[in-house]
Amino acid sequence: MAFISSGYNPDKPMGDRITDIGPRDFEEFYPPIIAKNKGQWLYHEYIEAGVFYHAAESGDKVFTVRAGGCRLMSVSHIREICDIADKYCGGHLRFTTRNNIEFMTDSLEKAQALKADLESRKQPGGSFKFPVGGTGAGITNIVHTQGWIHCHTPATDASGPVKATLDVLFDEFKSMRLPAHLRVSLACCLNMCGAVHCSDIAILGYHRKPPMLDHEYLDKMCEIPLAIAACPTAAIKPSKIEVDGTKVNSVVVNEERCMFCGNCYTMCPSMPLADDVGDGIVLMAGGKVSNRISAPKFSKVVVAFIPNEPPRWPKTTETIKKMVDAYAKGANKYERLGDWAERIGWERFFEVCDLEFTHHLIDDFRDPAYYTWRQTSQFKF
Amino acid sequence: MAKHETPLLDQLETGPWPSFVSDIKREAESRAKNENGIDYQIPQDACEDLLGVLELSYKHGRTHWKHGGIVGVFGYGGGVIGRYCDQPEQFPGVAHFHTLRVAQPAGKFYTTKYLKELCDLWELRGSGITNMHGSTGDIIFLGTTTQQLEEIFYEMTHKHDQDLGGSGSNLRTPADCIGQARCEYACYDTQALCHDLTLEYQDELHRPAFPYKFKFKFDGCPNCCVASIARSDMSFIGTWRDNIKIDQEAVKAYIGGEFPPNAGAHMDGNWGPFDIQKEVIDLCPTKCMWMEDGQLKIDDKECTRCMHCINVMPRALRIGDDRGCSILVGAKAPILDGAQMATMLVPFMKVEEPYDEIKELIENIWDWWMEEGKNRERLGELIKRQGFQKLLEVTGLDPDPRMIQEPRSNPYIFWKEDEVPGGFKRDINEFRKFHQR
Repeated sequence: MAFISSGYNPDKPMGDRITDIGPRDFEEFYPPIIAKNKGQWLYHEYIEAGVFYHAAESGDKVFTVRAGGCRLMSVSHIREICDIADKYCGGHLRFTTRNNIEFMTDSLEKAQALKADLESRKQPGGSFKFPVGGTGAGITNIVHTQGWIHCHTPATDASGPVKATLDVLFDEFKSMRLPAHLRVSLACCLNMCGAVHCSDIAILGYHRKPPMLDHEYLDKMCEIPLAIAACPTAAIKPSKIEVDGTKVNSVVVNEERCMFCGNCYTMCPSMPLADDVGDGIVLMAGGKVSNRISAPKFSKVVVAFIPNEPPRWPKTTETIKKMVDAYAKGANKYERLGDWAERIGWERFFEVCDLEFTHHLIDDFRDPAYYTWRQTSQFKF
Repeated sequence: MAKHETPLLDQLETGPWPSFVSDIKREAESRAKNENGIDYQIPQDACEDLLGVLELSYKHGRTHWKHGGIVGVFGYGGGVIGRYCDQPEQFPGVAHFHTLRVAQPAGKFYTTKYLKELCDLWELRGSGITNMHGSTGDIIFLGTTTQQLEEIFYEMTHKHDQDLGGSGSNLRTPADCIGQARCEYACYDTQALCHDLTLEYQDELHRPAFPYKFKFKFDGCPNCCVASIARSDMSFIGTWRDNIKIDQEAVKAYIGGEFPPNAGAHMDGNWGPFDIQKEVIDLCPTKCMWMEDGQLKIDDKECTRCMHCINVMPRALRIGDDRGCSILVGAKAPILDGAQMATMLVPFMKVEEPYDEIKELIENIWDWWMEEGKNRERLGELIKRQGFQKLLEVTGLDPDPRMIQEPRSNPYIFWKEDEVPGGFKRDINEFRKFHQR
């Protein structure tokens, strides 16, 4: 390969440098019908799962077809999306917060043709390229993090478990028959760059073994005080360790105090945590971010650990399916999973979801733990 | 013939949901064929090696990516995340595989022309693999070499009028919901505010001067589609303070079954005919609605704007006209000291250009956090450590019961000397004249 210069001159990095210009102005990307009717929308209505329209004061209607997308996307795939948008949407499209692709048109006929086209496109193994759905009282795309494809601290993969889970939940992506919408999210370690802690169902990667200590290199590769300061439970102390007859500066870890968060590893590469049997999945449930009816709430840990089972994580997907099915059967219309669990009581939740309740699920992390214990004589047998 | 056998990953190529494995293979094949004669600036087989290293992780149950090194573009302290493979001999195509965060446009609308330009750039100078989009909202370019970073940045800024996003202890790229662009619930223009603040605070976004990350997110209404209340240090949630507008004819149409409830979002379930009493009035959290002579009545003073009735009957009920936003602060995921939901700080503020009142609030909060925040301490943790009172003090806001769930249940008030008549200085001898030892 021959190096192709962009015009950048490394000898004069500040030469004609352009900085701090920010993102492109959103207004240049609006489809004309959006630009015309912005701020004057009257109402919206679903036509079928994945297809809906918004009506404006002007009398205009914009029809949207929503297709699920892998957040991991190749430029070939994006170009195909662009070709579709060129054909049906005048060269405009948008993405949603949950990694769906939205194609907007000005007529129902175009939307239906677009939907048929999207659903006719398959990958070589038979998977849909652009499944239409993810609206209303159903399950939309699972937001997720990088996982084993690109991160240094994951306790599980992200794209793989998400693919496996959405294959299992696919019927709920394609329909609107649940009591309310149900949001599933995945974060591949508890740093949660995916912020899954307020999801109806959260899939969370978790380490269970304290860091290994690469004493020979630790002081050379890390700022020891930073590693010590990074520990939220003060489990790390400085120490002199003998390696091959010489004393080196290193650290010791009070393993009983370790909560396996990996913050030390983020500060110090000589303290890796990853382990094939130590790492796995925590399932959390009952969170929400909307203020609708009840206040937003955190997801609760309902399964302390499921081993990583690549490539398809069967125990994880089966457990999620059990929760979704129990919720679909038991909840009232408009009732989110967390509201349902609170109404029937968490003791009943474990029963109807057929989940084992273990001591790991009782909070013992600092002050807030107390507020999660039961301080009433009311409970269900 | 694929460069690496991937028997485990191949099992993710079946099933209805789109397969990222098939997609990476597609890109690998496209690069191998190179029908357009592109002079790839990073290894042509990067995608094959990406599949190879991922397969190895599937086999080992562990990641094969090392820590980020310190790489970036000159003058910025964010926007690039260094990434190196821990098996570079086996997978030389991804030995150096850095990420770039590309600031997304507000609302995530695109023209295909622009997206194709980005694709061309990333195909030439990177792996051709992206995230559309990353968790915070940026377009993510996944995998290039150190040498290409400045080239990509130069081309992006000079040819595409496009900047990098935030990473590290910076302002992270702000993100918003679709807002007024295509939603009748939006109480302010989320795109306009998001874009304005993003441009205003480019320095904070690119040059790390904060104790830790800081996120702004903009939700047009309390439905919170962008989850600002759960994951942003400052969450701007649209709201209104006058009355919900009622179209009584449309209410009748819902009752009569002419319009589907919840905009048809339950149409595939077997829920029976719509019952306004059961589905709207009884579910209202403040019980401020009732039917009277065939008319729907709302005692708006008691309404807490939860959106339920509007969501159920969008053609009959509309948000009020005196609109603005509530500003909540301090949300974060569990690391380090447990998750925090954002706390109400400003119950109502008008959202009007040039947003001076909002900016003043932001800057007061930043001044405090930059002065007092410890390394890797999020705003929410500082508020917990120094107290909500301190937050009121630095922002100059008056206390309001709307800021709290309930008043304190302990009386341990840290009275300040100037709040107590006569102050704290007293004469013990004067006291003893009336009270023996």
